[in-house]
Amino acid sequence: MSDAASYNFAYLDEQTKRMIRRALLKAVAIPGYQVPFASREMPMPYGWGTGGVQVTASVLGADDTLKVIDQGSDDTTNAVSIRKFFERTAGIATTTHTSEATVIQTRHRIPEAPLGEGQILVYQVPIPEPLRFLEPRETETRRLHALEDYGLMHVKLYEDIARHGHIATTYAYPVKVDGRYIMDPSPTPKFDNPKMDMCPALQLFGAGREKRIYALPPYTKVVSLDFEDHPFEPTKFDRGCALCGSEGIYLDEVVTDDRGGRMFVCSDTDYCESRRAEATEGGHALHEVPR
Amino acid sequence: MIAPADHPLLVAEGLTKHYGPHLGCADVSLEIHEGEVVAVVGESGSGKSTLLGLLSTQLLPNSGSIRYRMRDGEARDLFALGEAERRFLLRTDWGFVHQDARLGLRMGVSAGGNVGERLMAVGWRNYGRIRAEAESWLERVEIARDRIDDRPDTFSGGMRQRLQIAKNMVTRPRLIFMDEPTGGLDVSVQARLLDLIRGFVNDYGLAAVIVTHDLAVARLLSHRIVVMRHGRAIETGLTDQVLDDPREPYTQLLVASILQA
Ligand SMILES: Nc1ncnc2c1ncn2[C@@H]1O[C@H](COP(=O)(O)OP(=O)(O)OP(=O)(O)O)[C@@H](O)[C@H]1O
Ligand SMILES: [Mg+2]
Ligand SMILES: [Zn+2]
Repeated sequence: MSDAASYNFAYLDEQTKRMIRRALLKAVAIPGYQVPFASREMPMPYGWGTGGVQVTASVLGADDTLKVIDQGSDDTTNAVSIRKFFERTAGIATTTHTSEATVIQTRHRIPEAPLGEGQILVYQVPIPEPLRFLEPRETETRRLHALEDYGLMHVKLYEDIARHGHIATTYAYPVKVDGRYIMDPSPTPKFDNPKMDMCPALQLFGAGREKRIYALPPYTKVVSLDFEDHPFEPTKFDRGCALCGSEGIYLDEVVTDDRGGRMFVCSDTDYCESRRAEATEGGHALHEVPR
Repeated sequence: MIAPADHPLLVAEGLTKHYGPHLGCADVSLEIHEGEVVAVVGESGSGKSTLLGLLSTQLLPNSGSIRYRMRDGEARDLFALGEAERRFLLRTDWGFVHQDARLGLRMGVSAGGNVGERLMAVGWRNYGRIRAEAESWLERVEIARDRIDDRPDTFSGGMRQRLQIAKNMVTRPRLIFMDEPTGGLDVSVQARLLDLIRGFVNDYGLAAVIVTHDLAVARLLSHRIVVMRHGRAIETGLTDQVLDDPREPYTQLLVASILQA
């Protein structure tokens, strides 16, 4: 770990980390409220999760074990480079196993394996403001939050139903946190919304470009917005994973060859691999991996 | 038209507004009764919009006060209301129709969404009921039901103004503010809009403050008229009296210039 010596632990200087931790404490104290923070330049482009990286850097300790996922996968360029970044700058242990991780940084997914107390889930957030698309003025959206003036949020859902016959929002589906603030779980699929509700883990959200941090402390009530006659429904898949056979989990469609062959597999690669490993240990037949 | 005799809905006293060194309006006092239409007339720059902004609490005065009788019957000092209370009032018991429809409508949201917004803001959470209510209000402002999912940027100028009115009326306000609602519209389109406003005033007992520089609009719609000049209300009275027998030389000039035109 010769590299680690040339950086401050986890890259950011201590003063910056303290500043971010103060913002985090405030965010935890007011669940769902967007706390402004002085986002720093990171050695990676915006859109690569600079907000999440700064939050992770501020909560990491030397004995933490970090997992990084992008769309549920530990193996994408983005996930690998962030994991490497912290291996180099903090010299910490990393893992791909959800259950072994103490800190999980994510883009777009919540792991399928239930999270436990003591774990921290850090979300990379591109657009933290759920009211943004209907109200572009920041001064006005802040006022709407302050006054709990949230009719506008339902206008968005109304428009969805008017246009598509149902609430067509499947990502960044707005939620009400602890009966007070409306929050954008952006950009996770609505499939994952129920996992946020009463989650035993601490959930932290970092938006680098927009300089906002927000949080869900453990066991916070998180309710997806809806109408009485169009209730919230998490995405359901009408099949199981083609690799591990798991049902009731989030599937990605993957192309298997250049003749249009495709299959549906777990988006959470660690979950999929663990299920297959269990099946082998237990002597169950493995699902064939189509070639 | 006869002004309904009732205790006032709104009492404004000594409203004064400066924009830095510029005078917006000075020492204007005004009463508005339930179901009464008050027209504010005067030349450009005379302070009409400023007065409307103050009355609707969108502008803060340098001095003066407004008392408003809330739905529960209690008269409240409007400038002492908290912002949440004020906003609630603005979109339940009040309406505001802008000359520029883009200020009053969300151009990227369907007509139904525009009308439904106030209902959702006050807690309606049943899509079917919100939509039915929006449809019924579109019908009342003579917009075909099958336009409910179209955006206002596909509407004509007259339709946009009627949509603004529907958007405001859906919570059954008691008082509506309008700043040149017919400005920039063709004469025939204007006439239809004025008929509509007159109908709502009669049918719903709506009180209104209408800013216009068109004395014919004031004559057609209002019970009382306020003539503004250089930020001051120089003459106030029953519309027919003021227009038929103006006291102030300036009002005489104003009426004469209209007759000649
Ligand atoms: N935001 C502002 N800043 C500075 N001066 C202003 C502002 N708004 C209005 N004024 C001034 O206040 C006076 C009254 O303006 P106001 O807009 O109320 O007039 P108006 O009667 O509505 O005119 P118009 O018929 O042209 O709409 C004018 O002298 C105007 O220049
Ligand atoms: Mg004006
Ligand atoms: Zn699987």
